[in-house]
Amino acid sequence: MMLADLQRDFQTWLVKAESSASLGDGARAMAGLAVYQNNYRAQLVGCLEQSYPQLRAWIGDEAFRTAAITHIDRHPPHAWTLDAYAEGFDCTLLALFPDNPDVHELAWVEHALGAAFVAQDAQAVPFDALAQIDWDTALLSITPSFRSIVATTNAEQVWSALWEGQAPPDSAMLERPAGLLVWRRGYTSCLKQVDAVEREALLQLHASGSFAGLCDWLVERFGEAEGVAKAGELLANWLASELITGIDAV
Amino acid sequence: MSTNSTHFSGYGLGLRKEHYRDFLEKQVAVDFVEVISENFMIAGGQPRHILRQIRERHPVALHGVSMSIGSADGLRDDYLRRLKALADEIEPLFVSDHLSWSRYAAFNSHDLLPVPYTVEALDIVCANIDQAQDVLGRAMLFENPSSYLAFDGAEMSEWEFLAAMAQRTGCGLLLDVNNIYVSATNHGFDPQQFIAGIPFQHVRQIHLAGHSQGAELLIDTHDTPVSEAVWKLYSQVMGLAGPVATMIERDDDIPPLADLMLELSVARSLGALRASYRQMEAA
Repeated sequence: MMLADLQRDFQTWLVKAESSASLGDGARAMAGLAVYQNNYRAQLVGCLEQSYPQLRAWIGDEAFRTAAITHIDRHPPHAWTLDAYAEGFDCTLLALFPDNPDVHELAWVEHALGAAFVAQDAQAVPFDALAQIDWDTALLSITPSFRSIVATTNAEQVWSALWEGQAPPDSAMLERPAGLLVWRRGYTSCLKQVDAVEREALLQLHASGSFAGLCDWLVERFGEAEGVAKAGELLANWLASELITGIDAV
Repeated sequence: MSTNSTHFSGYGLGLRKEHYRDFLEKQVAVDFVEVISENFMIAGGQPRHILRQIRERHPVALHGVSMSIGSADGLRDDYLRRLKALADEIEPLFVSDHLSWSRYAAFNSHDLLPVPYTVEALDIVCANIDQAQDVLGRAMLFENPSSYLAFDGAEMSEWEFLAAMAQRTGCGLLLDVNNIYVSATNHGFDPQQFIAGIPFQHVRQIHLAGHSQGAELLIDTHDTPVSEAVWKLYSQVMGLAGPVATMIERDDDIPPLADLMLELSVARSLGALRASYRQMEAA
């Protein structure tokens, strides 16, 4: 038996529980194979449990375990790091909970917070670095840990309550779509719900970097005075929140 | 070929997040700490920051679980590049992994799966070690794993495989004494035979850990103190080894740091006794 063939057979055993003569077929061999299969599945379940603790509390242990087992059966791991196995769990959740946007948004929050925690480091721009900036040409960078989605439910309130160990509110749709932002301040991952305009403005800035472009977009939307004031207000908030990590003049 | 790893004599612990605060706020009396490499092969954030702070206080050994040195289709470049970047920054005492495989083609089991002890597997493992050591620019250590399955058609024993691997590649050996005991019990060989077959001139590091009794086999759980039987084997090993770094490897059901320090003091005492005995013999 060549090593490659044996490794292929072992993979089949772990993923599908189909044994092969190359792995042995006596009672001793089956006992050993059972240990490896248990380790394999327990490791993956453990990864999902650690990556989605509040989601697990929200949908309950039994539903979470069912989702985890479904995911493991459908999606064997590929990456060298076990942490990466948490990615893609949202697709399984979507299939199992097609009518529960709260579940999807809560899953997104947990995964985004985990990803932000180990994202590339970047120093926030201090306020006193702004004195000499030519705002017409300034290009702003947003922290590499930044992530965002459209929010349709109160997932932010649910996650925050669960994280603080309090009783979460009932799931509810928002009156109008908003945005969820996740980023890291220093070494702490942050979650914030913002209105749709702020989210779109931040995405605009993330894509182009141009503060002048952001002002134009807001002026077009709100008029000259209100648009410029809004741009200043948003920038001040983002700087205070350590979302802005670079300013370059063109 | 002789082993190219440096010698380091001392006693350390596996650094786990439950003890980060202890290590950051106090001077913990260890000679080195060992961390799981993959936990720090990340872009940034608090884990890397903590590791840098710990490194300022203690020598650090990098111990990996995902290199998959026994993969029939070679090693992954992106993994090696990330490990090299971490090693270049941390300047570790040792870079180690296991004599096992976890990946086949695109599948990654995230477990330390057994390698068959055949000539073909030895050739593949040695080629992979050569590649890893070339990329890292240093000799690595490889650990004997606990195993629950022995393949038909083995052409040599585990210790013969380890000895040949070290001889051919210049890698060092990380001898896990608990794993010797677990595998010996599970496969019915004599641990004395294993120890007698180990080329101790290649051994640079020793792991000690606890195990649990499963339904039919001993399981390498790392969630209990080191057993009496393993301490006895360790004492023997220390009588044969040169200068080595001994470490308690606790991964689950993590006790307070003081408990692990007490366990480490047992290792120190046994090591010191064996050193005294060797001096007496030499005199």
